[in-house]
Amino acid sequence: MRNKIVLEMKNIYKTFGTVKALQGVEFRLAEGEIHALMGENGAGKSTLIKVLTGVYSKDEGDVILNGKAVSIHSPQDAQKVGISTVYQEITLCPNLSVAENMYIGREKGVWQKWGSMNAGATKILESLQIPASASQQLGTCSIAVQQMVAIARAVDMECKVLILDEPTSSLDEQEVAKLFKLMRELKERGVGIIFVTHFLEQVYEVCDMITVLRDGKYVGEYEIADLPRIKLVSTMLGKDLDDLSDIKSDAKEYICGEAPKVLEAFDLVSDAGIKPFDFYIKKGEVNGFTGLLGSGRSECVRSIFGADRVLGGKVLRDGKPVKIKAPIDAMKAGIAYLPEDRKNDGIVGDLSVRDNIVLALQVLRGYFRPISKEEAYKFADEYIKLLEIKTASADTPIKSLSGGNQQKVILARWLLTHPEYLILDEPTRGIDVGTKIEIQKLVLKLAGEGMAVTFISSETDEMLRTCSRLVVMRDRKVVGELTGGDLTQSKIMETIAGGGVEDGRE
Amino acid sequence: MEENKTPEINPEEKKVVQAPSKPAKSLDWKAIFGKMLHSQMLIPVVAMLALLIFNLVNDPSFFAIKYGPNSVGDNVFTGNLITIFDKGAELAILAIGMTLVTAACGGQDISVGATIAIAGSAILRVVRGSEISPDTLQNPLILGFLVGCLAVIACGAFNGILVAYFKIQPMVATLILFTAGRSIAAWINQNQLPNIKDPTFGYYGGFIPGVPIATPIIISIICFIVIALVLRFTTLGLYAQSVGINEQSSRLNGINPTLIKFITFVILGICVAVCGLIKVSRISTINYSSVAKDIEMDAILAVALGGNALGGGKFSIKASVLGAYVIQLLTTTLYTKKVNSAAISAYKAIVVIILVVISAPVVRELFAKLKVKLSKKMARAGKKVA
Amino acid sequence: MKNSKALSAVKDKVQKMSDTSLLLTITIVVFVLMYLGAIIFEGEGFLKAQTFLDILNNNSALLIVSCGMSLVMITGGIDISVGGVVALTSMSCAVVLDLKNGSIFEAILVALFIGLAFGVVQGYLVAYLGIQPFIVTLAGMFFARGMTTIVHAKPFNVVHEGLNKLKDSRIVIPGLGYTNKHGKYIDAKIEIGVVVALVVVFVMFILLRWTKKGRHFYAVGGNRQSALMLGVNVKRTVFLSHVVCGLLAGIAGFVFFLHVGSGSPSHAQGMEMNAIASSIIGGTMLTGGVGNIIGTLFGVLSLCTIQNIVASAGLDDAWWIGITIAAMLCLFLVIQSVVMKVRKKMTKS
Repeated sequence: MRNKIVLEMKNIYKTFGTVKALQGVEFRLAEGEIHALMGENGAGKSTLIKVLTGVYSKDEGDVILNGKAVSIHSPQDAQKVGISTVYQEITLCPNLSVAENMYIGREKGVWQKWGSMNAGATKILESLQIPASASQQLGTCSIAVQQMVAIARAVDMECKVLILDEPTSSLDEQEVAKLFKLMRELKERGVGIIFVTHFLEQVYEVCDMITVLRDGKYVGEYEIADLPRIKLVSTMLGKDLDDLSDIKSDAKEYICGEAPKVLEAFDLVSDAGIKPFDFYIKKGEVNGFTGLLGSGRSECVRSIFGADRVLGGKVLRDGKPVKIKAPIDAMKAGIAYLPEDRKNDGIVGDLSVRDNIVLALQVLRGYFRPISKEEAYKFADEYIKLLEIKTASADTPIKSLSGGNQQKVILARWLLTHPEYLILDEPTRGIDVGTKIEIQKLVLKLAGEGMAVTFISSETDEMLRTCSRLVVMRDRKVVGELTGGDLTQSKIMETIAGGGVEDGRE
Repeated sequence: MEENKTPEINPEEKKVVQAPSKPAKSLDWKAIFGKMLHSQMLIPVVAMLALLIFNLVNDPSFFAIKYGPNSVGDNVFTGNLITIFDKGAELAILAIGMTLVTAACGGQDISVGATIAIAGSAILRVVRGSEISPDTLQNPLILGFLVGCLAVIACGAFNGILVAYFKIQPMVATLILFTAGRSIAAWINQNQLPNIKDPTFGYYGGFIPGVPIATPIIISIICFIVIALVLRFTTLGLYAQSVGINEQSSRLNGINPTLIKFITFVILGICVAVCGLIKVSRISTINYSSVAKDIEMDAILAVALGGNALGGGKFSIKASVLGAYVIQLLTTTLYTKKVNSAAISAYKAIVVIILVVISAPVVRELFAKLKVKLSKKMARAGKKVA
Repeated sequence: MKNSKALSAVKDKVQKMSDTSLLLTITIVVFVLMYLGAIIFEGEGFLKAQTFLDILNNNSALLIVSCGMSLVMITGGIDISVGGVVALTSMSCAVVLDLKNGSIFEAILVALFIGLAFGVVQGYLVAYLGIQPFIVTLAGMFFARGMTTIVHAKPFNVVHEGLNKLKDSRIVIPGLGYTNKHGKYIDAKIEIGVVVALVVVFVMFILLRWTKKGRHFYAVGGNRQSALMLGVNVKRTVFLSHVVCGLLAGIAGFVFFLHVGSGSPSHAQGMEMNAIASSIIGGTMLTGGVGNIIGTLFGVLSLCTIQNIVASAGLDDAWWIGITIAAMLCLFLVIQSVVMKVRKKMTKS
């Protein structure tokens, strides 16, 4: 039984230049319902959300709220009619205080009443157990806290419709649990929630309904019980899924051999606040770092690559000592690093796909040997074909590509340097299921060809599918290593949580 | 700006009228046009054509180029077009360095006028030796130029360190030398006004005997060739853009952003030294508070007119240089119209505003919409007829 | 043990302090140290209240302009036309009063109109057409300077009865005077311009600190995209910042005119850069979102005090003033940069 429909979007069309982003999309949301909006990258989820919140104006179609057609031309309009949004990227002002961020832009009156505002904010922060003080400058809080503040703001808006656009990608499990509790409370109050996420487990944990979009078109609206996980994925992809559990088998045996160590590190430590750690990786091996968000996974690989300032330790490359002080040293030693934060650390937004692909190789060649245009086109076309990158041409600016395709370009950039050791830090974050599988397959293929790969992912099943050895981290410290039969979900959880595993080892 | 005029008139004058250039092939006219419309060069090219047409209609003699003896009796080319390239040389040279700094640092150097004063002062200090106004060069000019170069490269390095290492915004960082530069220039010569009477000193801002083209034009062409070669045979262009667009990711690709920013400031420093040499050579002396005054503003304007984003990233030096000549063409045009030199800036402002408004994305979008509407109307009208 | 506890409490407080208040603290501390230094090394002169008040008397126009500049900088923009606008307004006022024999009231209207016109046009171009503020206001500066010579090409002194009265009127501040060598008590006085400037400072402070609109300027400067998503009307806020800045430049132009009593194309030369320098010294960041009007007040005071110190130290060469101001600016920038760097590191770990 569904409650009264609070929001209805009918026949929405939106075009950007020649790209048809939305073609006749429908969406219905009932009171007190948590509704997942699913689809691959580029399916039109974000565009739909942005149309609804007035960031984009739609070309055609109606938005009906509580039975009345509304026209929304700006985020303010959306707020006024009771639609509030939490975006994946934090859309708050880091220079203002926490309280100001919660209240700015939505209060009437001329005067700024600091006292009552701070009191109100404190109350909400306390009720949501957010560890921040109202008068603190937002920029001094951690990213997760900032995200919680954004949610607190949305919650406090007395909204009828709450949109959560991938709010969980920067939260750890406890924070996600807290968020879900909050969502259920709001549901009780009759708020309709639109939830966009790439984590399938989360969908099945909290949602009631699912709407699937594909290629900017409406596919269907389903009750959660009618759409089991495997069916959801195939609906999103529009084709039956390859058997996921199977992709590993052929690669696995290669590792068992006595391969030489490609890289060895002792007591490595950087200024990013990790404890010194030892590490090694063999030729043709795929290993992974696992642990909760903030446990130091990324910081470890960053220190190997010299991305943070290395404070101490020794690194052996093929048994010979090397000094890695900056990324360029690591690159010269045949190490490649695909960073976690694609937007800030990976892409060079305004440059073309071609320039983005050849960038690392160009740097390796040095200042005085520029890659000619013809050569660059050759490389770019080769990898665009190889990785099936969807781009209008090699001259298209990379920022206009979808997330998954941007990631492929970055991957191409590093593959072009023919590294012997490839570090992939969350290569599958925020990209669609199809590309995720492609990337996992590629990783195993590369390893099969003898490349050493470190693969980091927040999704444990991905790691289990690809890695043959897992380094477990907790509180910025390596606390264990799992191989062979120990590679199970429960064992990993146990180690992360700090059970008897490591003690038993010693 | 009006220093060093050569008002000689020659009986055997030649008139050169520019023939309007035509597209080579009419076949891909549409493709060329479409490419042009989205090119960075569009605005400066259109502006230059508009100004040239204005002059052609208004007074065709604007384009006259004369060949005859100047005040010292050498046969040289003169005329408005030559003046533009002569007087615009410093601006065009500065535009090169300014474009690079803008691209890599996402900001502009506003100290160039002041550092030109420093370069000029240093050059004078060396060549004058111990006298104030010597009749001959006391030290070789090349030594003076090298010292001047060193002085402004040091200034560039100072700016570069503040910008690249201390992460201060370029405009703010260069505000320091903007305030202090002219004082330092005066201090170099103890606030005296050296005057070099040696005629060879004037070659670089005037004419070299036997060469009919003003030396600044030759110097600027050499600068263009050098920078073209640098961009062709090194990866500086790609790195500067990359750093300007996304510094963090450039660093993770092995580029050293601090070094790149620093290099762009040093290159700008060399451009400044060349300008300093031309400036002091033009008048054989220096006026600390007025030499190269406001040239930084013109240089930034040239970069902006060239369609380069002032926030850094992709750049085109060609477009900037063209922008610089547009500014000079405008100035020269106004001079020939007998506009008061102090009032010229008001007209300049109007032209600049018109240009940037036309190239504003919002306005372009408006035009595009209008075009679509118009073509729809046309189509409808066509249907009716049919 | 107790000591370290207190230390960590201070550390915590600094950590939670906003960037704005942190930079303001630095500015005030440096100003106070500098003034104390001046009193100790340069002697009695700086102990007199009148010395301090003269700094205000001579620089009230700069103070007003700096307030506008700070506002634009907090919003994430820049306005380099202000010096030109001050020159244009003072020249126009001079022409209105002297050549056209107008009244003071008319002159004020003209000043306000010119300032407002510049603000509105520039604001429109920046906010609604999305053109870079640097280029727009650069053109504005060229236009204002050019117009000044077109309005009247030569500098001249204004002869006007009403003006002279207003120009020479002083407000006595009781209790701050001093007794001179001949035993005569001399009152401490300020010009009318100072009153105007202080009112501007007060109003701007209230606007930025205690009104909702004022906080919007910070939000837009902090992160334009976020501000938009938070429901702030970004375009209107940017527009308003330029309008207010232009208007203040107009007011400053009249105050400047009242102080000098003449019109000249070379008036207020380089004032825009002095205003930017004052704002920076006052802790306003050109990147936007951080700044404070009280800081700007101290920025102007610091800038002008250092000029006084240089002058009274016998280094009367105009060249020295440029070098010292630059050195001070450099010092402040490096301090700010280092403090922000350290702070960032502290929040990270």
